[in-house]
Amino acid sequence: MKAIRLTGLILFLFSLGLFLGSFFMSSYTLSESTFTQIVKAEHQEILAPEISKMYGVTYSISIPFVNDINTAVEKVNTKARAEQRWDQVIYDDYAGALTRASSTGFVPENKLLVFFLIYIVGAIGSMMFILPQIKLLGPAGIKNNNIFHNALNNRGWMGILTGILLIGFYILLYFFPAYITNWIIIVDPLQKVLNPSASSSQWFLYGFLYTFAVIVMGVRMIIKYRHSKYQIFRTFSVMFFQLAFAFLIPEILVRLNQPYFDFKNMWPLDYDFFDAWHINTLTKAGGLGIFMFVWGISLFAVGVPVFVYIFGKRWYCSWVCGCGGLAETAGDPFRQLSDKSTEAWQIERFIIHGVLVFAIIMTGLVLYNFYGGDFYISFNKWLITGILAITGAGLYFYHRKKFPSMGSRKVRNVVIGIVGFFGLGVLFSEVSVFAKYMPVDGSNFSFSSGNIRTVYGFMIGSIFSGVVGTGFYPLMGNRVWCRFGCPLAAYLGLVQRFKSRFRITTNGGQCISCGNCSTYCEMGIDVRSYAQKGQNIIRSSCVGCGVCSSVCPRGVLNLENRDEDGRFNQPILIGNDSISVS
Amino acid sequence: MQKIVIIGNGVAGITAARHIRKLSDDEIVVISGETDHFFSRTALMYIYMGHMKYENTKPYEDWFWEKNRIDLKRAWVKSIDFDEKQIQFEGSESMKYDRLILATGSQSNKFGWPGQDLKGVQGLYSYQDLELMEENTEGVSQAVILGGGLIGVEMAEMLHSRNIPVTYLIREKHFWGNMLPEEEATLIDNHLAKNHIDLRQETELEEIIDDGSGRVKAIKTKDGQVIDCQFVGLTVGVHPNIDLVKESKVETDRGILVDENLQTNIPDVYAIGDCAQLRNPPAHRRPIEAVWYAGRMMGETVARTVTGNQTKYQPGIWFNSAKFFDIEYQNYGTVLPVCPEDSAPFYWESGDKEKCIKIIYKKDNRQVVGVNLFGIRNRHEVWDKWLREQKPLEYIISNLPEANFDPEFFTHWEGEIQEKFNAEFPEQKVSVRKKGFLEKLFA
Ligand SMILES: Cc1cc2nc3c(=O)[nH]c(=O)nc-3n(C[C@H](O)[C@H](O)[C@H](O)COP(=O)(O)OP(=O)(O)OC[C@H]3O[C@@H](n4cnc5c(N)ncnc54)[C@H](O)[C@@H]3O)c2cc1C
Ligand code: SF4
Ligand code: SF4
Repeated sequence: MKAIRLTGLILFLFSLGLFLGSFFMSSYTLSESTFTQIVKAEHQEILAPEISKMYGVTYSISIPFVNDINTAVEKVNTKARAEQRWDQVIYDDYAGALTRASSTGFVPENKLLVFFLIYIVGAIGSMMFILPQIKLLGPAGIKNNNIFHNALNNRGWMGILTGILLIGFYILLYFFPAYITNWIIIVDPLQKVLNPSASSSQWFLYGFLYTFAVIVMGVRMIIKYRHSKYQIFRTFSVMFFQLAFAFLIPEILVRLNQPYFDFKNMWPLDYDFFDAWHINTLTKAGGLGIFMFVWGISLFAVGVPVFVYIFGKRWYCSWVCGCGGLAETAGDPFRQLSDKSTEAWQIERFIIHGVLVFAIIMTGLVLYNFYGGDFYISFNKWLITGILAITGAGLYFYHRKKFPSMGSRKVRNVVIGIVGFFGLGVLFSEVSVFAKYMPVDGSNFSFSSGNIRTVYGFMIGSIFSGVVGTGFYPLMGNRVWCRFGCPLAAYLGLVQRFKSRFRITTNGGQCISCGNCSTYCEMGIDVRSYAQKGQNIIRSSCVGCGVCSSVCPRGVLNLENRDEDGRFNQPILIGNDSISVS
Repeated sequence: MQKIVIIGNGVAGITAARHIRKLSDDEIVVISGETDHFFSRTALMYIYMGHMKYENTKPYEDWFWEKNRIDLKRAWVKSIDFDEKQIQFEGSESMKYDRLILATGSQSNKFGWPGQDLKGVQGLYSYQDLELMEENTEGVSQAVILGGGLIGVEMAEMLHSRNIPVTYLIREKHFWGNMLPEEEATLIDNHLAKNHIDLRQETELEEIIDDGSGRVKAIKTKDGQVIDCQFVGLTVGVHPNIDLVKESKVETDRGILVDENLQTNIPDVYAIGDCAQLRNPPAHRRPIEAVWYAGRMMGETVARTVTGNQTKYQPGIWFNSAKFFDIEYQNYGTVLPVCPEDSAPFYWESGDKEKCIKIIYKKDNRQVVGVNLFGIRNRHEVWDKWLREQKPLEYIISNLPEANFDPEFFTHWEGEIQEKFNAEFPEQKVSVRKKGFLEKLFA
């Protein structure tokens, strides 16, 4: 058994090594014919003088190749801007297509082989590592042994390394996709199976890796919690929704010439649902497109309130959602790393509701713009940052005097939040790669619906949900995005808190305050603080993963849908007839 | 404003402090020599097993105490002068009080075995014991545990998590035989075997053998077996920690004697938690109850009395819970190891011998007095109500689904239990729970 696991681990590490190594396994040579094939005719003439010196030159790594292309385009653009020839500025992103067409060598010539060695061998290795646990872990039950002694699960060197790899991957994926052309090429054979006329993109790669991770780690999750049917069903559910709804159905739709559509995703998580191009694509795609549009709206307008009322937000967050699916499978080894402090809870409430408000305003403006409205405001960026900083500092000192212990913390967090957000905006605007995402030109913040949408996409859609949300799994736990950032979670949570039958019932006075529930709550809810008082746990952030109930050694907690009236302020049984509490 | 001093920062002392703060503005000091902050003693095993860090076992964040003006003092108390109302710390420091609450907890039993003080031999009660165990089990290839109680089985699980083989000696015929009826105890025996715990029933310790350097190298049993081992866990029960007051005016027996207001024989001095012994316990409770819940309830109650609202300690229906490796245990009401003459047991066990329920009822009026549940979670509230209302056996069997507290989708056992009841009591047949559609689908 142990030998099988070891072999599995070696195979897996081999595939991981090959995946990382494949980054370097091509060389890139731009030819004139490639250039003329890919670049639009109107750009060829102005771009050729700058790029022609690359013809025939072989690069052994993608990065300088991509950079040289981008530099050439940038040069042309700078010149055009300086001479105010606005129509000649190139907005097309040629780097990806040119890199792909210019790559030669082992990877492009052996796509299928490399795909097999990375993904099939990787999957076999993972299974060999995971499946023997059925025997090795002993009888079914909670087996969290040595989690806090482990370098991966407790922010040791392995955790930090994993975090760095993930963060690096997300940054490349979102901001430098041309660099990872090799990785994109490797999944092309699969893309062709699903849709022969398409060729793989960075998003296909991402979707595939995501699904791969959910399924492989889903198997692990099921084995780990195999004593609990709740956990088994729930894990199957997220695996199914990821594979079918998020990955396969959209590809099949595209193959059938229908719009790409993920039927289980919804606004405001799906923040571009109301973007002009998206509305247009759907409404112009005939009957199915219209259905998709109506479906998308009903899901958040009717589906959310009704289902959250009946089941709590868990119906979505830990049974259906893709982000939740990844968190509950690939993220399970890290759930204990979430911060349980009251302070973290305050930050959470501030940020997540802030994002929800931001999403609503952003969408409102986008729609306003869609129906022909327009607006534009501009502020001096230093002035705004300065005012915010001074107000913040003032508030902080005022409250520190008034509320020596908790109060100042609360205010401080809010202040850090506001100033931090704008501060980051200013900071990013100074870094040229990110500048295009920021509503800052020169010394002004300029707000219009278009650039607010861009900032949202950059700050929330990419940095928060991707880089921080998943990259920080091994550092801050597996639900960073769901807990602090997801506007849909905020919305589901508000319904759950105020109008739902869902609660976690505490079993009378049986709690021994051991802390397992709080430790393993991925949402950082201090479950114990309620359980030890005999209170039910009703928190907007609870995703109903059921792990607190599973790990509780005294059977104190149970996720239930029962009558709404019994949720709060019922007389509590604590076993003591001397006093009564509620 | 009076000054209330509490010795002991365990669940009893801390619960008292918290409730005093809720009820008054008095000055509160909590003293302990063990740790700076309150932690959950019941979670000690999980720290060793790597399920949690020490930090995770603290039920309140560190800022909580200052915010609630509960002064924490880390020190050992050496003696108390009850006439001067003053406590003396180790060293030269002392402190005055207006009212004093003793919540000093328990200590591990040791029965004077030869070799019991060798290195590698220890009990498990305090945080320091945990640190010692970490040190003592380093590089150990065989361990012996002595004493079939709850702490013993926890220790076995702890060692098991580090892949250290365990030989487990118990005096009784079955695990926890002085608390559990034979059927349930046998079920746990089997489960321990499944987890490769080498349980030796009816085996007693003769001596612990020195390896020549002051460390244990083996133990010898009364029947002459010698078992090599480098670690010995002594978990043969606990007794109230009354060292501090044994030689003083405070009346003690096994514990510190208290009346129904939890007051000792000295005015303004109270005792709660493991260290307290009730002079007149209620009929259904024992004079010393070394469990978490009792400590908490006493803390809640004494807080009223010391803040001026004399309140009797009236624990309700007894309840308890534990976990033996993967089998959870819950108990409501009274289930004695040997069923009394006037009562009878109803027992059901699942086919895989991992789950069972034992209900004790009075033979004459069939009133149920207690239940043991293994591997099935039940609702405290429902059982509390049933036992208070003295429901008869058939009522409870027929309403059993109402008490179920297992997570969603778990197999329901009530149907099987009811069928067994109907077979045993054909004249009192209850209707049997029907399986739902989904249940059948996934059965
Ligand atoms: C490993 C283990 C597992 C357990 N599991 C369970 C369980 O699952 N369920 C259950 O119901 N019960 C369980 N118990 C029992 C439960 O923990 C105790 O009943 C409970 O902790 C007693 O609380 P207490 O406040 O009375 O005393 P303690 O928690 O013992 O607190 C007493 C404190 O007073 C301090 N103290 C004593 N003398 C002095 C002095 N002279 N000066 C300064 N400080 C002093 C001690 O150092 C200690 O910190 C378990 C116990 C152990 C050891
Ligand atoms: S409270 Fe429990 S069910 Fe809710 S998110 Fe936390 S661990 Fe999951
Ligand atoms: S609810 Fe369960 S897991 Fe949480 S502190 Fe209480 S006993 Fe421990």
